[in-house]
Amino acid sequence: MFLSMFGAVESGVIYAIMALGVYLTFRILDFPDLTVDGSFVTGAAVAALSIINEIPPIIATALAGIAGFLAGIMTGLIHTKGKVNALLSGILMMTALYSINLRILGQPTLSVHTETTIFDQLATVWGEGLDNVFNSLIGIFGLDRFPSTWGILIAMFIVTFIIKLITDYFLKTEVGLAIRAIGDNKRMIRSLSANTDNLTIIGVALSNGLVAFSGGLIAQYGGFADVGMGIGMIVIGLASVIIGEALFGTRTIARATLAVILGAIIYRMIVTLALRVDFLESGDMKLITAIIVIIALVSPKILQAQREKKRRLEKRKAMQGGSSHA
Amino acid sequence: MLEVKNISVVFNEGTVDEKVALDGIDLRLDKGDFVTVIGSNGAGKSTLMNVIAGHLFPDVGDVFINDKEVTDLPEYKRSWFVGRVFQDPMAGTAPSMTIEENLAMAYSRNKKRRLTFGVTKSRREMFKEYLATLNLGLENRLNAKVGLLSGGERQALSLLMTTFTNPDILLLDEHTAALDPSRAELITQITKNVVAESGLTTLMVTHNMQQALDLGNRLIMMDKGQIIFEARGKEKERLTVEDLLREFRRIRGEQFEDDRAVLG
Repeated sequence: MFLSMFGAVESGVIYAIMALGVYLTFRILDFPDLTVDGSFVTGAAVAALSIINEIPPIIATALAGIAGFLAGIMTGLIHTKGKVNALLSGILMMTALYSINLRILGQPTLSVHTETTIFDQLATVWGEGLDNVFNSLIGIFGLDRFPSTWGILIAMFIVTFIIKLITDYFLKTEVGLAIRAIGDNKRMIRSLSANTDNLTIIGVALSNGLVAFSGGLIAQYGGFADVGMGIGMIVIGLASVIIGEALFGTRTIARATLAVILGAIIYRMIVTLALRVDFLESGDMKLITAIIVIIALVSPKILQAQREKKRRLEKRKAMQGGSSHA
Repeated sequence: MLEVKNISVVFNEGTVDEKVALDGIDLRLDKGDFVTVIGSNGAGKSTLMNVIAGHLFPDVGDVFINDKEVTDLPEYKRSWFVGRVFQDPMAGTAPSMTIEENLAMAYSRNKKRRLTFGVTKSRREMFKEYLATLNLGLENRLNAKVGLLSGGERQALSLLMTTFTNPDILLLDEHTAALDPSRAELITQITKNVVAESGLTTLMVTHNMQQALDLGNRLIMMDKGQIIFEARGKEKERLTVEDLLREFRRIRGEQFEDDRAVLG
């Protein structure tokens, strides 16, 4: 149990970078960007291919991010300059990327199991001493089965947190404020001399850059890149954003980005728990994810309506009671 | 300085819905001029605003700001020179962002946006001073989300955001029309003060004749896409609402009764 939860948190922290990307488009730009399903794979494919071609893993991962950035620029161009509906621009780009990803991979699945990935390099720097320290710490709680390394978890926590801090900073800059205003009041920010087309393109590009960066890391974490690994990724991202926001709030940008990261981790934990239920198979996960998102989107409205109804009923009762006394 | 020369705009040209919104308008505002625009619905007031702001492009004619031709400059570029307050109090501010963030965005209107903090310590102090001039206590609520403010407060903030960077041209598009009378009076007062202090070149559309007479040094009346009456200086000061109605009747007598309801 502990080990599977440990794995859930570990991968959750990597997927959190993807969720931050989804947050940028879905929440900040108010642009439901389906490119994500494609650009996640593009990142994985570029990273895998680069590593197989002996490019240092750190550069391979950076290239993955750049590839996603370029895909995002394309989506942004289709939407702003081509005046195509946001959803449709994302779907078009996602479909186009499927073929492109297959070209990059050369085959449906590309394995990097035998290659040196960024996490293999990390393990050599990390050392067993640190693992022993952490293992003895959790040993206090009476656990006797230990994860193979703490290095990935700690390192990814640091990387994800740095990305969070950069995102927080960016959204408070003059450019970042204008990007936030696009999702909030587009007409107003245009009347304040902001080029909304270009800012939208930048926002969508950064978002997909993060998504593909995350994809590049997941390919190295899982040991392969597969052309189908991005299916439903946007829904997973949305689930992370919505779960995080519901549990941890969105009062400030810093709070919201933290919520998104925690939401991604909790999502992975939910999935891990769900898979321990006997009659569920791993193929059911997409359905469960979609249901989570639907519940998260719909339930606040139902609850709100019920509260409102209850309030009115009570008010009526109170008034009737008052008039009978008079 | 603003100059529009021979501007014409036709909507749905060549169809049964064809409508001439502006019909060869010529208008020149010298630096510091404050012109109020009145006219019935469909007279072309809003279209004129949109053409000056770059939200609409004229079929014929040219727009000049500070002697530079800006006819084809898109809205986001023209807003380097033009500040605009909309009729809808919700239109001029971003509701889910804070008061100081909104002011920071407005502060960047005539500057290049950079990757440095939008709200800095020194800017915050400056924002506070500006907000204090509104006398609404907003200077103590810098971190409040603008969506929490009332319509009047939001419109006052919009007005401040538009004017504190001293735009070359200030456009006020019936900016008190959606407010209750006391709030409208407050915004009118703030408008008066700001324009007087900064000497902004201003074009204000209004449905309220009294307001059109109280504010500004010039007044124009529009109808069917044309300027049908103009008064300035001493002549404008002597005008009354009755004079305006009489003038309107003299020129376009036929539909006076309809328009009295709208203009009054």
